Amino acid sequence: MSGLGIDRALGFYRVIDEEGRVVGEEPDIPSATLIDMYTYMVRARILDEWLLKLQRMGKVAIHAPNRGQEAAAVGASMALRREDWLFPSYRELGALLVRGMSEEEILDRALYNADDPLKGSDFAIYGHRKYNTIPAPVPVGNQIPHAVGAAMAAKIMGHDTVVMTFFGDGATSRGDFHAGLNFAGVFKAPVVFVIQNNMWAISVPLSRQTKAPTLAIKGVAYGVPGIRVDGNDVVAVYRVAVEAVNRARSGEGPTLIEARTYRLGPHTTADDPSRYRSEEEVKKYEKYEPIRRFRRYLIDRGLLDEEKDKELWEKWGEHTRKAIERSLEKPPLPVEVILEDVYSEPPWNLREQLRELRESIRVMKELGLEVE
Amino acid sequence: MLVMNMVQALNTALREEMRRDPRVVVLGEDVGRRGGVFLVTEGLIDEFGEERVIDTPLTEMGIVGVAIGMAMYGLRPVAEIQFIDFVYEAFDQIVSNAAKIRYRTGGMYSVPLVIRGPCCGGVKGGMHHSQSPEAYFGHTAGLITVMPSGPYDAKGLLKSAIRAEDPVIFLEPKSIYRIIREEVPEDDYTVPLGEGKIVREGSDVTLVTWGAMVHLSLEAAKLAAEKHGWSVEVIDLRTIFPFDKDLVIESLEKTERLVIVHEAPKSFGPGAEISAYIAENAIELLRSPIARVTGFDTPFPLAHEKYYMPNIARIYMALRKVMEY
Ligand SMILES: Cc1ncc(C[n+]2csc(CCOP(=O)(O)OP(=O)(O)O)c2C)c(N)n1
Ligand SMILES: [Mg+2]
Repeated sequence: MSGLGIDRALGFYRVIDEEGRVVGEEPDIPSATLIDMYTYMVRARILDEWLLKLQRMGKVAIHAPNRGQEAAAVGASMALRREDWLFPSYRELGALLVRGMSEEEILDRALYNADDPLKGSDFAIYGHRKYNTIPAPVPVGNQIPHAVGAAMAAKIMGHDTVVMTFFGDGATSRGDFHAGLNFAGVFKAPVVFVIQNNMWAISVPLSRQTKAPTLAIKGVAYGVPGIRVDGNDVVAVYRVAVEAVNRARSGEGPTLIEARTYRLGPHTTADDPSRYRSEEEVKKYEKYEPIRRFRRYLIDRGLLDEEKDKELWEKWGEHTRKAIERSLEKPPLPVEVILEDVYSEPPWNLREQLRELRESIRVMKELGLEVE
Repeated sequence: MLVMNMVQALNTALREEMRRDPRVVVLGEDVGRRGGVFLVTEGLIDEFGEERVIDTPLTEMGIVGVAIGMAMYGLRPVAEIQFIDFVYEAFDQIVSNAAKIRYRTGGMYSVPLVIRGPCCGGVKGGMHHSQSPEAYFGHTAGLITVMPSGPYDAKGLLKSAIRAEDPVIFLEPKSIYRIIREEVPEDDYTVPLGEGKIVREGSDVTLVTWGAMVHLSLEAAKLAAEKHGWSVEVIDLRTIFPFDKDLVIESLEKTERLVIVHEAPKSFGPGAEISAYIAENAIELLRSPIARVTGFDTPFPLAHEKYYMPNIARIYMALRKVMEY
């Protein structure tokens, strides 16, 4: 039975505990990789905090805070190669940075200014073809079968690309999850599913999402090995993701990783968690916060010291502030983008409607109406 | 009488119906402790408990599918879709089942179910938090589709929807959830399904609309009166399908001109059906072509939504077109 991964699906793999101490066997990861991981987590945290501020300032429509979940996003995505594909969800700033997106690109998107590559189509989604990172659909879980399909395509086309997708504990209740896992199992797709189990789907606790003992165990019934890992332990997540990516690349098929983490912030800037969860619970989980414990580990291993750490935060703080300044200065998107990209070639109705739009802008001026 | 906003009016309707009829249950994502993300179900769990106010796992297909079974068995479920844009996973259940069970079973079973949720734009919600999907439902035989434009109608229509014998899609324009306040009677009144309402009388043009567009249309009507002395009669359809054709035709007998305003995209939208019906049955009343002001035929954009949605300038253009024809 262990071939199906039941033990690991019910287990809880970790390398570093909440005090930064090594528990169990320490995987052999180059020092530079460890420092990279830490840097990405720091950058994600800085950017996350800025997006919150920008939302409060009315510059960003909405933001889904990442606080507490940086390790899962960074650790898992660092197992990918550049040519691999990622289908993220909306809470993985760290993974976007790992894939090569810059703070400025992410901010241009969040502010949907003239440089927004997605041309103001929707909020809270990021990605770019040049990073093989696909902007997420906002309906929860929709990307799961897409990731499987892309993996099947890679296999059919003879590429050794691996596809990874992120989604939340809530998403495991969707039909998309069932369909995706089932296809992945049947077709042995080279895909890695990463559940960011942050214990909450807005106000709905995990216990209302499933009566299964873990989420990783759900893979077993689809013939997809499940591994449950401490999602706040970046080293453990990375180690497990490397294993899953290698399995996929060598033709052994999909893996379901449950990264057990905790959403320390509100669901989004529009949420009020005091309505449904206690401050005590949040305090309890602050202790497991991933950046602090990893910092301790790095300091203990002599890879970092207080001084270097301070410099790192300052460097990326400054970098992010500059990116924000530049992004805020960029002009808005032209109004006509709203009629672009519906089809490869606009049919007659959209050409007619473009005329109506232009005329309406003239009439607005004529009537002295302020629209935005 | 109390002055309420639409959220409070809907909450009151649910509370009163749940008190009146033990078969009424509420289910959906975050409807319990959280009270729904817009607080429409706030406090219901305290009064009616977890058995009747059910926080569900995150699957719209599950929510609607289960609600259909509940309705067939004898409950009167009100299923909340957190944003109506997320209803599509449940589309199979709605179109293949909720709408067809009465027909499929020769009238033996019915689905007295309300599927309600926030719809429409105007809050910078982007593509998946702004849609106006009424045409899909209007096109599906067996469904009733409703959209109130204010607190009074919201309460009365939701009560009628809960008491209806057929499935009702109840769309709530979220941009006016809190900004419009009205006196709402504390007694048990209903607003009948299928009946529109004249919200501004006029003699030159009939403007048919619903939801948040009612308020925009009233502003445009005012502007047209001030600027040109045109007298615009504004009809709030309230029930989108089956729509109040008699009210529209009666109005056209007086005005002889028709403008339809909706947020949903134009092509194959609800305005197309209303126009076609009038063209087929009352074209002799018209002295100018019908004009539609709608969302453009694109996904709902995050950027520049005020240009995407009907705005006063576009409504004015349509009024000018029919008046100057
Ligand atoms: C299909 C669908 N239904 C509802 C929503 C509204 N919604 C957005 S996020 C969310 C909870 C998601 O929870 P989870 O999958 O655990 O991800 P998390 O937000 O915790 O990262 C809900 C209900 C949505 N976006 N899509
Ligand atoms: Mg979650």
